[in-house]
Amino acid sequence: MSISAIVFWVIAAVILGSAISVVTAQNLVHAAFFMVLTFFGVSGLYVLLEADFLAVVQILIYVGAIAVLMVFGVMLTQKKDMAQTNASSSHKWLAGGIVTLLMVVLAYAVTRTPWQIIDKAAPLSTVGPIGDLLLNQFVIPFEAVGILLLVAVLGAIILTKGERNLP
Amino acid sequence: MTQFVIDNAWLIPLMPALAFVMIVFFLRKAPQISAGFSIACIFISFTMALSVVAGILGNPITTEHSLSWFSMQSISLEMGILIDPISAMMLFVVTLIALMVQVYSLGYMENDPGYSTYFAYQSLFAMSMLGLVVANNFLQMYVFWELVGLCSYLLIGFWFFKPSAREAAKKAFITNRVGDFGFLLGILFLQVLFGTLNFTGLAKIIPTYANMGLMTIVALLIFTGPVGKSGQFPLHVWLPDAMEGPTPVSALIHAATMVVAGVYLIARAYFLFAAVPNVLVVIAYLGGFTAIFAASIAIVQNDIKRILAYSTLSQLGYMIMALGVGGLTASMFHLMTHAFFKALLFLGAGSVIHALHNKQNIWEMGGLAKKMPITTNTFVIGSLALAGIFPLAGFWSKDEILLSAQINGYTGLYLVGTLVAFLTAFYMFRLVFVAFYGPAKPENHPHESPAVMTVPLIILGCLSVVGGLVGMPWLHTNFGSYVHFGAAHHGYSMAVMITSTGVALAGIYLAYLMYYKKVISAEAMANRFRPIYTLLYNKYYIDEIYQWFIDRVVNGFGRLVYWFDIYIVDGIVDGLGGITKWSGHYLRYLQTGQTQHYGMVLVAAVIIISLILSFYDPSIGISTWGGGN
Amino acid sequence: MIITLNHYLLLAAMLFCIGLYAALAKQNAISILMGIELMLNACIINLVAFNRFMDPSMLVGQVFGVFVIALAAAEVVVGLALVLTVYRDLLSVNIEDFNWLKW
Repeated sequence: MSISAIVFWVIAAVILGSAISVVTAQNLVHAAFFMVLTFFGVSGLYVLLEADFLAVVQILIYVGAIAVLMVFGVMLTQKKDMAQTNASSSHKWLAGGIVTLLMVVLAYAVTRTPWQIIDKAAPLSTVGPIGDLLLNQFVIPFEAVGILLLVAVLGAIILTKGERNLP
Repeated sequence: MTQFVIDNAWLIPLMPALAFVMIVFFLRKAPQISAGFSIACIFISFTMALSVVAGILGNPITTEHSLSWFSMQSISLEMGILIDPISAMMLFVVTLIALMVQVYSLGYMENDPGYSTYFAYQSLFAMSMLGLVVANNFLQMYVFWELVGLCSYLLIGFWFFKPSAREAAKKAFITNRVGDFGFLLGILFLQVLFGTLNFTGLAKIIPTYANMGLMTIVALLIFTGPVGKSGQFPLHVWLPDAMEGPTPVSALIHAATMVVAGVYLIARAYFLFAAVPNVLVVIAYLGGFTAIFAASIAIVQNDIKRILAYSTLSQLGYMIMALGVGGLTASMFHLMTHAFFKALLFLGAGSVIHALHNKQNIWEMGGLAKKMPITTNTFVIGSLALAGIFPLAGFWSKDEILLSAQINGYTGLYLVGTLVAFLTAFYMFRLVFVAFYGPAKPENHPHESPAVMTVPLIILGCLSVVGGLVGMPWLHTNFGSYVHFGAAHHGYSMAVMITSTGVALAGIYLAYLMYYKKVISAEAMANRFRPIYTLLYNKYYIDEIYQWFIDRVVNGFGRLVYWFDIYIVDGIVDGLGGITKWSGHYLRYLQTGQTQHYGMVLVAAVIIISLILSFYDPSIGISTWGGGN
Repeated sequence: MIITLNHYLLLAAMLFCIGLYAALAKQNAISILMGIELMLNACIINLVAFNRFMDPSMLVGQVFGVFVIALAAAEVVVGLALVLTVYRDLLSVNIEDFNWLKW
């Protein structure tokens, strides 16, 4: 087995293990931290897939912003005793069954499809080319995402401030 | 001129139709003008009918004209006229009797509040009957058949404020309807089997048609029409009750014209019946049975109009029997002579009723001979004609019938016919001796009727005397030369003539002994044969049996159908609503409001759809499960 | 053993299913949001894996991945704002209490 293979399996184990822990942890805060661990694992996966810029962006945004937002959310809705906050619903077995079925379907879809694999070399540094693409070929989606983020933030502010307090 | 009328014979029913329309829309407020208009129109129709007869006498061919009324790919219906010796004879009889009756009604119905309406109905009836007579196809005849039934209903129930009249009108219509139902089925059969309803057309096709069983059914179905309309057993029950209508109506419709429509139909469609001899046998025996059945009831009735009504039933039985034994000539001849003397008898009875202020029981009459000479004499002439005494009209026609029965081997029916002749003479002269020659009752103040009423009596009396001479068998060109089916036959039998006259005289003599001389006591006879007397007096309880049938069977069936409607039909409809309610009641539980439940349903649906797509539509969706590549 | 595209895709599928389970079977609203994040991550893994194995020089998959990350961020912002708004009224983040969708 090559090094990359071993690394892959380790990272895979980390990702799946922490994802499962997100689901099964009793304490919501613990779940949030396990989610951070998952994000780190995914970032490592990106490095393996030779997407360096994306790996860094993943950590910056997912861990740096989204996970922090989650923790904020947990803090704002905390209870005195956070022990049982990540409970499962009464229908968890039904949900588990459906999800397993979906997994089976997806697995069959993935393994039975003949993917056309082209094994070319990847560029060493992807930052430049990605920037290039963002501002030339994909400039419109780029700008659109910018507007989307603006709107999302505005919406969040309005929602949390409440209508009557708007100046 | 005669050719013009023959070619445009539709004018003959048109005149009374015009009278009907004028009276209904314009002349109702002027009763005298209505009556005058109606009589003028029927008189014109009568003259036209005379010219048709003249034309036929010179040139006895069949003339037919028709228009297409309505046609689609599969069927085509026509309206037309068919003039041949039989229809010429019928036109003459119908217009003559209608004219006589309308003139008579001027006197009988005077001071009646419904005077104009009465003449409107009379014209409508004349139109319907004449339309029926000139019809050249079954459908047209059926239309007018129903119309005469309607007119009968309107005229029987003319005095609608009397409950008995209303009931009688309904009974007539409904009983007719039963017969008409079979008739219509027969017509539909003919249309489906042969594609045409035209008489001349069918006359060519039917003799070559092979399926005897089907033909028998069709003939029997068509025969049910005459059973209803012409009062054969078992649909005879309406005719005695129809006496609730005014007496001129009884004379016109229930003696001379409408009831003979059935006989006329069989004569018109004789080619159909001749093709299935078994049906002719049925017709013959049914007619014979009706004849003796009705005659037996007539001998114990006490209402003058009832006696005449049962007599009509009996004579209709004679006519039907004649058709059955193969004597078309005899039947038509008897139709004509019977119209003369039966109308005369009814109008005479009306004269008596009018004079005695609506008394109809013969035991309350008496001694009318001196006070009402014209009525009495014409009535006696009519009775003699009906009894069949030489040389009056009835003798020749009745003789023809008995002769036909005997020649064609129906000895049983010949004997029955002779017995009926005896009974007919007996009950008619019982009536004559009790009502006219008995002791006068002090409370009656009869006087002779006015001229408008007696003149028709006299005319009809003359016709009753001489009308039969056209059918004398030793004439070379007689009635039978014109009206026949197959080969015309000219023959006579002295034996038959002497026998029939003999039994008629015997009947008259017995009535004389019992009711004039009182030598044999009528009460003693009634007491000795009390059970038979009760049976006959109650008309063999047929009405009661029918009532029981309607109460138990028909209404029972109605209750069954009602149950079906309430529980099954309504049950299904309510059930559909119930299913909706029930399913809603339980489907409601799907709407939990829990987002995660909805999410699970969503994911499950995605899985199912992807499975279906990959199995059943390999071109879409994922290339899995071996489907697609 | 060579790690092929299938391995990455299966890994992403499993991560997706775990995230889906969290979204469907957890009571806490924030926990559900975490599940959604896991699902989004799985999608981005798919994109990047396809990019690497099908045409690495094109980099379209990675650009798409950048966009998805941005969108995930926006979605978390709005989602948390909603949860907090509802929490203000109901004082609970238990999704079984948010049952007005049945009317």
